[in-house]
Amino acid sequence: MNNEAQQDRHHRTARPARRGARILLAAGAAAFTLTAGLATPLNPAPQQAEAKADGKKTLTVAVAQSVDSLSPFLAQRLLSTSILRLTNEFLTNYDPKDNHVVPGFATEWKSSPDKLTWTYTIRSDSKWTDGQKATAKDAAFTFNKMMTDEGAATANGSFVGNFKKVTAPSDTQLVIELKKPQATMTALDVPIVPEHIWKDVKDYSKFNNDEKFPIVGNGPFELTAYKTDQYVKLRANKDFWRKSEKPQFDEIVFKTYKDQDAAVAALRKGEVSFVAGSPALTPAQAASLKGEKNIKVNEGPGRRFYAIAVNPGWKTKDGKKFGDGNKALLDKRVRQALFRSVDTKAIVDKVFQGHAVQGEGYIPPRFSEYFWKPTDSQKLSYDTAAAGKLLDEAGYPLKDGKRVGKDGKPLDLRMLCHATDPNDKAVGKYLKEWWGKIGVGLKLNCVDDVSVPWYAGEYDLAFDGWSVNPDPDFVLGIHTCAALPIKARETAATDNGICDKTYDDLYNKQLAEYDPAKRADYVKQMESWLYDSGYMNVMAYPNAVEAYRTDQIKSIQTMPTAAGNIYGQDGYWSWWSAEPATASDSSDSGSSSSTGVVIGIVIAALVVIGGGVFVMRRRRTTADDRE
Amino acid sequence: MTADSTPALVQPADGPDGDPASAGPSSAARGPRARNTKAYVQYAAAKIAGAVVSLFAVLVTSFFLFRLIPSDPVKQMTGGKRVSAEQLENLRHQFGLDQPMWKQFTSYIGDALTGDFGTSYQFHTPVIDKIADALPATLLLTGTAYVLYSALGIWLGTRTAWRNGSRSDRFNTAFALTLYSVPSFWLGLLLIIVFSVGIGPIPGMFPTGGLESGGETGFAYVIDVAHHLVLPVITLVAVGYAQTLLVMRSSLLDEMGSDYLTTARAKGLRDDVVRRKHAVPNAMLPTFTLMFVNLGHVVAGQILVETVFSWPGLGGLFYSALSVPDLPLVQGLFFVFATAVILANTLADILYPLLDPRVGR
Repeated sequence: MNNEAQQDRHHRTARPARRGARILLAAGAAAFTLTAGLATPLNPAPQQAEAKADGKKTLTVAVAQSVDSLSPFLAQRLLSTSILRLTNEFLTNYDPKDNHVVPGFATEWKSSPDKLTWTYTIRSDSKWTDGQKATAKDAAFTFNKMMTDEGAATANGSFVGNFKKVTAPSDTQLVIELKKPQATMTALDVPIVPEHIWKDVKDYSKFNNDEKFPIVGNGPFELTAYKTDQYVKLRANKDFWRKSEKPQFDEIVFKTYKDQDAAVAALRKGEVSFVAGSPALTPAQAASLKGEKNIKVNEGPGRRFYAIAVNPGWKTKDGKKFGDGNKALLDKRVRQALFRSVDTKAIVDKVFQGHAVQGEGYIPPRFSEYFWKPTDSQKLSYDTAAAGKLLDEAGYPLKDGKRVGKDGKPLDLRMLCHATDPNDKAVGKYLKEWWGKIGVGLKLNCVDDVSVPWYAGEYDLAFDGWSVNPDPDFVLGIHTCAALPIKARETAATDNGICDKTYDDLYNKQLAEYDPAKRADYVKQMESWLYDSGYMNVMAYPNAVEAYRTDQIKSIQTMPTAAGNIYGQDGYWSWWSAEPATASDSSDSGSSSSTGVVIGIVIAALVVIGGGVFVMRRRRTTADDRE
Repeated sequence: MTADSTPALVQPADGPDGDPASAGPSSAARGPRARNTKAYVQYAAAKIAGAVVSLFAVLVTSFFLFRLIPSDPVKQMTGGKRVSAEQLENLRHQFGLDQPMWKQFTSYIGDALTGDFGTSYQFHTPVIDKIADALPATLLLTGTAYVLYSALGIWLGTRTAWRNGSRSDRFNTAFALTLYSVPSFWLGLLLIIVFSVGIGPIPGMFPTGGLESGGETGFAYVIDVAHHLVLPVITLVAVGYAQTLLVMRSSLLDEMGSDYLTTARAKGLRDDVVRRKHAVPNAMLPTFTLMFVNLGHVVAGQILVETVFSWPGLGGLFYSALSVPDLPLVQGLFFVFATAVILANTLADILYPLLDPRVGR
């Protein structure tokens, strides 16, 4: 008891000191929060692009992806490859106006009469950022490394698969010998690396090129800093061979925003200059930004097609069949009937809310050189009556509202959809309704990773889509017999298990044709074949929807120039061309920021005072309680 | 519980019977105490052995668990890219996916026992490096939030229980429960809109995401990180403190009817002292368990909050690893997360007898 009383007394005497400490602590915390809050300018939007304290003009791009690697031999993600496009030259580039091939690291190129040897003239005015001259030997080193080192072939190995020998007889001459003709030799999208730096790399499969900065390159920008999942910083390379006033921004920062709503908030605040969305801004995000002061929503044609793939009956390269696709789909009339009852206009209007273009041929209209669309007589337009007729002809008459086959079984189909893609689910609902009207049943099978049932051939229909490059070889090659798997159910290069001799012949012809017009003609014939086959039914080409601050970026090159997109271009045009805005480009007056500061301080002061009064009142009440 | 047992709870670590480190020859001569020490050492050894067995089980489980996901890492990784069949074959070989399952398993176990979890498929970096890279960010965020919500929960839990049924009790409990049921990503986004971008008269005071602005050094860097830390920590604390509050509140309520408190009051002690010196230490025991369980989760990070605030921590890493699935990385992360929980629980088990002598004897 005595002891307790002593303790009690001890507490009594200690209390004022302890209370003082607590108040001090609370005040400290409040002050800290307040300082932290005020550490950045309250309305930093106009200031960001303007000269900072160190006079640098910075353009910040909000990106959703993580960098997978900064090694040109390993990087596969769009963000990483876009960054490497800025730091390292490729042999060629694409004109921002219409995607035609223009000089890059190579100034000109020619092929031998037998089409098997390509000679490139390498520019003599390109320097690595460490001052050394960039030559044909660096290009030869890059390609040879990919041909001889499995690890170095990880990302871009497919480009050198047909190469026999690569040499550099002089600093300005690169010679590539092929095993067989290849029309894609002006579209070798491979970053060239400096031999004097990369020759010492031991294991190409593990070297990520992310420890020593700045990274030596010869592109319009130089990579100066990188922090995992935070940012990648690049500074303008003033020695870039393309002599002009550009780039005008001193620094480009790719800042990671894993949540796109947060990225949009950052744009609104002015913390970032540009947001691309993932892969595009959603209709709701775009709508919320439209009409906002100092923000421009840019919508351009996308490079993707969005299609319904139909299981053609999978088989291995040596003809062994596998999978369980519905046999009814082997009849072209059934495939065409299904597509004739798809209202692509409704899909564009309702699902994409106008942010897409109705599908026609396989290659999106953005690539005008290869864009093809069906003739009027060929077109499988939306017509349910015609679809019904096709099904009748194919032997699936309508009985009690259901299409029934010769075996008496109703025509019920399964469709593979990506659980992570809201568009698949929304379109799936419409398909169910439309096909229900012609008597065809549909069951959606939405999974996280479609690749397992897909490569097992265990589906009837599937949502499919690919990004197309300026050179269409790749998206055409994925439907050839050569792309089929060697063993059943094994991952292969094929997209949808298609294998057809007519198509393959056309594919080989286009690959060996060096005359662009003639090649384009073959490509269009292939698109026509794909369209008629009913195996790949393109519903829409989703647009690229992105936004930027006009008080930070005054102008920026879109690709194609007329109404094109900005992020993920084929080339470095957008960031290279971006022009910083000046104070006069902002429709904000400077006073609002100081008003913001004042309001902020007043609110913070009120909170602190209010909190103090509250605490004191409470203390008094509790003290009263005690007594 | 009697009043006599209270001091033992308050000052348990002082006696040699509670401190295994002080168990020496001299204490062995003291009979019952030595027996207590021996019993405690046996108890602790059993707990540690149990933890080791659990860790091994986790190691085995993590190998098979993620292989149950119907997925093809190679295809997922190269999806939409220009790849030839040879490239796919090369990748498969590089990752060892062309090996029979038992061979993959034995080499995984062998490597894991030496601390090597392999190389991440998508980042081409050793898993251990990748985890070590993201761990500090997670510890900073969830650790700060952990300290704050535990402290806030205990403080408010004590207050609400002591004033059980009062208006402040009803308000605080209801308010905490409301925040507890709010989805963290939604609250985070709301805080970004209100306090980062600014709305009406409220100015945007905090950054919209990330851990730092980049380019700062020294003290400016510390301030910059603290500035970025405010909103995600507030989110985690707001959503998290209710748990501690409720446990603290209910266990204190249990204690409040106890005889020893009546005794203490009868001794003429002030209400404040009865609460602080007598009731709270006993009521702390369940809260203490909860805190250790939560401590284990500190490492696992917070996927949703880390995503909304673009915090470069383990939660986000786990998400990106799982979406491939990047098998070595998910295995490594799963093991680290499970290890943290097991270690925290084991630590709680070992420390518990020191706080509550009734356990482990």
